[in-house]
Amino acid sequence: MSDPMVVFDRVSKSYGALEVLKGINLEVAPGEVLSLIGPSGSGKSTLLRCVNHLERIDSGAVTVDGELIGYRQVGNLAYELPEKLIARQRARIAMVFQNFNLFGHMTVLENVIEAPTQVLGVPRRHAEEHAAAILERVGLGDKLTSYPRMLSGGQQQRVAIARALAMKPKLILFDEPTSALDPELVGEVLDVMRALAEEGMTMMVVTHEMAFARDVCHRVAFMDGGKIVECGPPGEVLANPSHERTRTFLSKVN
Amino acid sequence: MDVSSPSPAPSNENQTDQPPLLTYVPIRGYGRKAAAIVLAAILLSFLVSIAGNDNFGWPVVGQYLFDDRIMSGLFLTSWLTVVTMVIGVVLGTILAIMAMSTNNVISFVANTYLWFFRGTPVLVQLIFWYNLAALFPDLSIGIPFTSLWVSIDTNVAITPVMAAILGLGLNEGAYMSEIIRSGLMSVDSGQRQAAKSLGMTNGKSLWRIVIPQAMPIIIPPTGNQTIGMLKTSSLVSVIALSDLLYSAQTIYSRNFQTIPLLIVACIWYLTATSILTAIQSRIERHYGRSLLQTDAPVRWRLFRSS
Ligand SMILES: Nc1ncnc2c1ncn2[C@@H]1O[C@H](COP(=O)(O)OP(=O)(O)OP(=O)(O)O)[C@@H](O)[C@H]1O
Ligand SMILES: [Mg+2]
Repeated sequence: MSDPMVVFDRVSKSYGALEVLKGINLEVAPGEVLSLIGPSGSGKSTLLRCVNHLERIDSGAVTVDGELIGYRQVGNLAYELPEKLIARQRARIAMVFQNFNLFGHMTVLENVIEAPTQVLGVPRRHAEEHAAAILERVGLGDKLTSYPRMLSGGQQQRVAIARALAMKPKLILFDEPTSALDPELVGEVLDVMRALAEEGMTMMVVTHEMAFARDVCHRVAFMDGGKIVECGPPGEVLANPSHERTRTFLSKVN
Repeated sequence: MDVSSPSPAPSNENQTDQPPLLTYVPIRGYGRKAAAIVLAAILLSFLVSIAGNDNFGWPVVGQYLFDDRIMSGLFLTSWLTVVTMVIGVVLGTILAIMAMSTNNVISFVANTYLWFFRGTPVLVQLIFWYNLAALFPDLSIGIPFTSLWVSIDTNVAITPVMAAILGLGLNEGAYMSEIIRSGLMSVDSGQRQAAKSLGMTNGKSLWRIVIPQAMPIIIPPTGNQTIGMLKTSSLVSVIALSDLLYSAQTIYSRNFQTIPLLIVACIWYLTATSILTAIQSRIERHYGRSLLQTDAPVRWRLFRSS
């Protein structure tokens, strides 16, 4: 088996006195789609945000593609990296948010080319062609000049995914990508995500969509109280959980 | 007619089994029209009574409207307003970012600055800068504990014009800082998170993502401040500078044509205000284009977006 894409090694994180992550160990293989499920406040978003150093961890280590995230290791010491280098690490780890967070003052096309031109230094012409192709793929080839507020939620989230893809990421983090959508719009976003999964994109997905976790994800991790209670193929974790807490949670959501 | 469709589309043909389409009649609004006519009549009679009133001295107004002294006063007022507002905006942006810093020392320094400059009369600040030489006869800058120092006579460095720029500009920075801070805070924190997650540095996300979206909030009060500065700058007459108002005052103190000369000053103030208002609405439209609901191409771009 090849080297893992993401490694969490005994990661802990607290907000003041509240310990949100308690010694997380987790590996995600390249091309794997992992879903994180669990009750509200269990630390799913926090875990995801540690992958690209949007949150600082208190102990342990997060590695992406063999690279320690946010720090430079010298012996037993880890020095926090300067902002520029952290930004460079983040450039290849894309993230899709629950509230889309599209840049409201930019058109769809401008949203998608912003980071490639500004961060990676891709020439504008080149970036536009690439962006148009990606937008075509997510079914928004006719919306290039629209502003985000003119789009439906499902369309906005597909633009957000296109914006993520434009950075040619090694990994995409999804934090409840369909939770802010009307039920009839959930499908169009999940379809795009399913296509990405089939193309071999590495994805970590916090979701409440049990059908998506069951049908698309290779593994499901159930979190509760800052710990990963159990993690395995959906057939085991969802259909035949070995822990009482997992069973209680699943009976509530289904 | 298509039988499968449950609600048939309205057609132009007269069909006996369908009631005719309604013709809509907009509300007449007689009251509003009457009010508008009355207002216009009042305004017109008011203008006629002013124009026909010899006590206003309209010939004198015409005589002094383009007087050299008035023109040089207008020039001083105009460039002083522009320069102090530029200083105010730059300083205000720096102070706003400092005030929002998570470092307590940095935000404390910014807040102390605001406290001092908003808390003391700008007239006093102007006089203070003008009299700086009495407090510090020499100004020196250099590297502490070395011999690398440059020293100049304060009276040479702080001319009245310099004192005016410092006094008005530093004071304006404090007010602009609050305006800019409210604009920056109005932008959803998710925008900055998205920018970060795409690999943008703080500086880049501020410049490319946050500030452009804060502009619609920042511009209207900044327009207010600029128009206010046009008139506040007349305070510089206390430090022996002849701005627009002071030039008018100098003339009427000799010829006693007080009202006509004040009218001259007001005509120029109103002209400058009209120009500033026009500039403001152009800038507003530029930053408001994402709020428009259409896909139509934008004709009135202020800046080319390369
Ligand atoms: N910035 C913060 N400061 C303090 N506490 C926080 C902060 N962010 C999250 N928390 C707390 O950390 C805990 C875990 O939050 P997290 O957002 O990771 O949960 P979650 O599993 O994503 O929940 P949800 O399903 O509601 O999104 C919660 O108790 C939350 O209140
Ligand atoms: Mg969450």
